[in-house]
Amino acid sequence: MSKVLNDVRYAESHEWVRIEGEFAYVGISDYAQHALGNIVYVDMPEVGDEVEQGEEFGAVESVKAASDLFSPISGEVVEINEALEDAPELVNEDAYENWIMKVKFNDAAELDNLLDAEAYAKICEH
Amino acid sequence: MKYYDKLIFELSRPGRKGYELPKNEYGINECSIPAELRREASLDLPEVSELDVVRHYTNLSTKNFGVDTGFYPLGSCTMKYNPKINEEVSAMPQFNNIHPLQSEDSIQGALELYYNLQVALSNIAGFAEFTLNPYAGAHGELTGLMVMRQYHESRGDFKRTKVIIPNSAHGTNPASAMVAGLQVVEVKSKPNGSVDVEDLKPLLDDTIAGIMMTNPNTLGMFEVEIMEIAKLVHEAGGLLYYDGANLNPLLGKVRPGDMGFDIMHINIHKTFSTPHGGGGPGSGPVGVAEKLVDFLPNPRVKKNDEGRFYIDCGKDSLGSVSTFFGNFGVMLRAYAYILTLGKENLKNVGPMATLNANYIKECLKDDYLLPIDGVCKHEMVFDGLKDKSTGVTTLNIAKRLLDYGFHAPTIYFPLLFHESMMIEPTETESLETLDEFIEVMHKVAKEARETPDDVKNAPLTTLVRKLDETGAAKNPILNYKTLKANAQ
Repeated sequence: MSKVLNDVRYAESHEWVRIEGEFAYVGISDYAQHALGNIVYVDMPEVGDEVEQGEEFGAVESVKAASDLFSPISGEVVEINEALEDAPELVNEDAYENWIMKVKFNDAAELDNLLDAEAYAKICEH
Repeated sequence: MKYYDKLIFELSRPGRKGYELPKNEYGINECSIPAELRREASLDLPEVSELDVVRHYTNLSTKNFGVDTGFYPLGSCTMKYNPKINEEVSAMPQFNNIHPLQSEDSIQGALELYYNLQVALSNIAGFAEFTLNPYAGAHGELTGLMVMRQYHESRGDFKRTKVIIPNSAHGTNPASAMVAGLQVVEVKSKPNGSVDVEDLKPLLDDTIAGIMMTNPNTLGMFEVEIMEIAKLVHEAGGLLYYDGANLNPLLGKVRPGDMGFDIMHINIHKTFSTPHGGGGPGSGPVGVAEKLVDFLPNPRVKKNDEGRFYIDCGKDSLGSVSTFFGNFGVMLRAYAYILTLGKENLKNVGPMATLNANYIKECLKDDYLLPIDGVCKHEMVFDGLKDKSTGVTTLNIAKRLLDYGFHAPTIYFPLLFHESMMIEPTETESLETLDEFIEVMHKVAKEARETPDDVKNAPLTTLVRKLDETGAAKNPILNYKTLKANAQ
C-alpha cells in the first residue's frame, strides 16, 4: 500500500505540496512513483520560473512512461532539487523526502483547492 | 547453436578486407579534395573478410524473433503474416532496377502501379485521393496535419492553431501536432475509453483546426458516437483526422471517409502486410476528402485521357515531404497483398481479426483483469492479473511469455490503466495458435499464484536474461567508441 502523509496536501494529478513558512516544497506522491516504476529522469523547471497552480512545470520519465508534472501551487521557483539530476531514483526511494522544487508561493488560499490525506488516499484506491 | 554476441567491430583485424575497389582511372585522389574538407581522424570501420560478415550476420539473425518464428501479439502493431509473394514481387528487377529520374515513358508500369494503389486505398478508405509519399505512420500524421493547416490558411483563417487529441491517443499524435506547429488540447475519455462528447463540446471554438482520432480507439473499442463527433467538429469549422493505426478490424467493412473523417493516414506496414518491427521500412499514405486534394504533397502521379501516366506538381500543394515517391518497395508489397486477397477476401480481414481478438479476450478474462467488458475490435487491453496479491506485474508476465516462445504483448500502454497489457492477434493466426497462447497465459497466471518467483525472475531460458532497463535509459551506450572508452 502506498504511503500518504498527513502534513502535505495533494493534487489529483498526484503531486504534493508542503508549506514551510513562506516557501512551498513540491514533489510527487508515493503512489505516483510506484505507478511510474523506476524513474530515470526528472525534468525540472529553472530557478526564477513562474509556476501556476494546475499548470505544467516539468516531467518525470520512467522505464514505463513519461508523465507531465502539474504545479499544485502558484509562485516563483527559488530552488530545485539538484540531487535529482544525477540520481532521479531518489524519488523512488522516498517520494516525500525528495522534493522536486521549492516555490515562494503567492497565495495560501490556493491550498483549499487541494486534497487532504484522507481524500487523496481515496483516489489512490481506484 | 553456440552462444554468439560479438560486435562486428570486435572481429576487425587491421588490413583484412573482403573487397577490391576498381582501379582509379580518373586521376582523382585524396589530394584532389581541399585540405580543409578532408577528415583528419581515420574512419574506424571494421576490417573484416566476406566470410566474417556472412557468419556474423547469419548468427545474429538466428537470435531474432519475428512473425516468421512465432506468434507476435503486439497490440496496436498489427503483426500479421507478410505473405512471401509480396517479397517476390518487390524483388523483380523490372521494379527495383529503375531510377526515379528516368523518363516517364520508360517507367509507365511503375507509375501505373503507384496510381492504381492510390485508387485502391481511396476506395478501401472512402477518400477522394491518396498520396503514397510519406515514409511511415508518424510521417503520414505530420503530412496530414500539414494538409489541415494549409486548408485553413488557404481560406485566410489563421486563428486555427489547436488540435484536439483524446488522452487515450497514440503518443505520436501529440508529437506530430507539435512538429506541425499546432498546439495540443486534450479531450478526456469516458471510463470505457471512448471520447467524452460532453467534454469535447466546450473545446470547440474558432481556434480549433481539427481533432485527431483513431477508431477503434486504443482500447480496441469502436467509437459509437463518431457521427455525432464529426457533426460537432464540422459545425465548429474543424476537420477530422483519422489515425489509421487501428484500421485492420474495419478493413472492407467500414470506411473512415464515410464516418466523416477528412484526412487519414494508413500504416501500410500494419494493415497491408509489409515487414515492420525490425525497422521496416514503413509507408504512411495520406488520404483526403475532395476539398483537400490540391494540398497533397508533390510529386503526384496522374493519368491523362489517353490512359498515359505522368508526374505532376500542383501549385497549391503544401510542398514535398519525401524524395521522389517515398518507399516504393513497400507499395509493391501492399499492392501484391491487395490483389492476392481481392475485393471479396479483403472483406474477411476485419471480421476475422475481430473474432480472434474476442476469442482471446473471453478465454483470458477469468485470470486477467478486463476493465472494459463488451465486444472489442482487433485488440483488447487487460489491466494485469486479476489476483493482485501475488505481486506479479505485467512486465513479469511479458518476460515470462518469452520463455514459452511467444513475443510479449504491448505493455504499459495505453496509460489509462497501471498494468496495461494490449493483445492483438490479427486475422492470420490459426485457432491452434490462439489456443496455445491462451493455455500459456493461464499457465503463467497459475505460476504467479504458486511459484511467483519463477515469473518475477523471468525470462529464465532466453539467451539474454532480464535486462537493466533503468541502466539502459540512464547510461545508454550507443556506439562502439563509447563501449571501448568505458572498458578502458
